[in-house]
Amino acid sequence: MDYQSILVEVKQAVGYLRLNRPKQLNSFNVQMHEEVAQVLKAWSKDPEIRCVVISGEGRGFCAGQDLGDRVVDPNADAPDLGQSIEKFYNPLIQTIVNMPKPVICAVNGVAAGAGANIALACDIVIAAKSASFVQAFCRLGLVPDSGGTWFLPRAVGHARAMGLALLGDKLPAERAKDIGMIWDVAEDVELQDKVQQLAEHLAKQPTIGLSLIKKALHQSSDHSLQEQLTLERDFQRIAGRSDDYREGVQAFMQKREPMFKGQ
Amino acid sequence: MEMLIQATQPSPAVLLLKLNRPEKRNALNNATLQYLGQLLQQAEGNPEIKAVVLTGNNQCFAAGADLTELAQMDAVALRADIRPQLWQVIDQFSKPLIVAVNGYALGAGFELVLHADIVICGENAQFALPEINLGMLPGAGGTQRLGRLVGQQLTMRWAMTGEMISAQQALQHGICCQISPSALTVQYAVELAEKIAQKAPLAIGVIKQSVKSIAETSLSQGLKLERQNFVWLAATQDRQEGITAFFEKRKANFKGV
Repeated sequence: MDYQSILVEVKQAVGYLRLNRPKQLNSFNVQMHEEVAQVLKAWSKDPEIRCVVISGEGRGFCAGQDLGDRVVDPNADAPDLGQSIEKFYNPLIQTIVNMPKPVICAVNGVAAGAGANIALACDIVIAAKSASFVQAFCRLGLVPDSGGTWFLPRAVGHARAMGLALLGDKLPAERAKDIGMIWDVAEDVELQDKVQQLAEHLAKQPTIGLSLIKKALHQSSDHSLQEQLTLERDFQRIAGRSDDYREGVQAFMQKREPMFKGQ
Repeated sequence: MEMLIQATQPSPAVLLLKLNRPEKRNALNNATLQYLGQLLQQAEGNPEIKAVVLTGNNQCFAAGADLTELAQMDAVALRADIRPQLWQVIDQFSKPLIVAVNGYALGAGFELVLHADIVICGENAQFALPEINLGMLPGAGGTQRLGRLVGQQLTMRWAMTGEMISAQQALQHGICCQISPSALTVQYAVELAEKIAQKAPLAIGVIKQSVKSIAETSLSQGLKLERQNFVWLAATQDRQEGITAFFEKRKANFKGV
């Protein structure tokens, strides 16, 4: 399949998706949305793919919405921004969060607006040292979308979320790691290797178990302890029936490396 | 015929019925409903069976009526249709009927769910009354049973738009009593059925009858029926056994007499 605005590659059970509008810092237009949605939905269902990596081509990761698509004529009616959020951004965030396998985000450069929040929706975020995160919305009179107001306070706490969202300052990668917003930082030249190693590791792990961990962590913020304990019981029941659990126990008993199949 | 619904007994007291036309997304044609009615009538007459669990598969409970069947019928044929009687057989089943819903329960599938005494949903359950999109209305109690469950506002909206109803919404509005991970829905429904199967069957029967009378009678009539049932149970041995076991601090051994 040929795509205009993304690059797609699958190797070693890892699906790599690179946003590819480098001249526009990989900002989203309708076509990119459609292509990304198509690929991620297919990968979501594909048992051959056991880890997904999202990154950007060129010097930026993603600059959010392409404002060239949204020029506001001062004399025209106010645009309905809710429409593109409902149609594109919200489903994209849902697809990432509901992906039943780990999603790594390799933030190779600036991640601004929705671009920053798409990164935060991923399970593990690794940024290049020169990368940065900008909640640019407040500068245009807008509200952080794509889950920004949900992910930020959970990742960095109320005070920092407020500061980031109300000021819209640039947050360097190292600082993002320090405040717990992302998992790790890599030297620019080492980012791709590091991410690939991590992705290939995750792709060999018990995928069903990982997907249940992911789901449980996502649900924890809506749940009381009692509800979460019930959910852990339910998920452990499901995980305990997987082939990978059996293999894991056997390998442990036989003191060998487990061979997980993701089933 | 056996292929339309798979019947198994996960435990001696529980009958598990699985709608089994995956290629038709478990569409409820007359043959399926008829067979379901037969299986329920057999369960009715079998004193060993204390509760029934009805389910579909992981993707689909039942995606509606069989449209090819329906399309051929004009007003005259529909007036003579046996379908209302088939639904009535299900409605009149006197033992607990628990429905476990994974995936889609649409149109007649949703209406079948609304016939259940207790509903457990998988997280992936989705309900809707999409009849309006075909220029029809729900024809098996959808407007009535859903209206009584969730009220006019949501029933009008859902029946007039055909919008999807998520498991969360279903729980919120009392269409189901529990949401479970989809992989465990049937297991949990069977466990619930087993729990109920341990109780005194005659008392379970009148609980079902009393609760179902809500939709049929006034409060004062309903209270009268409840009282009659209450008095009548005093004549059963199980009630004696239940009270004695409580005082003797042991588990009651109910016999259904």
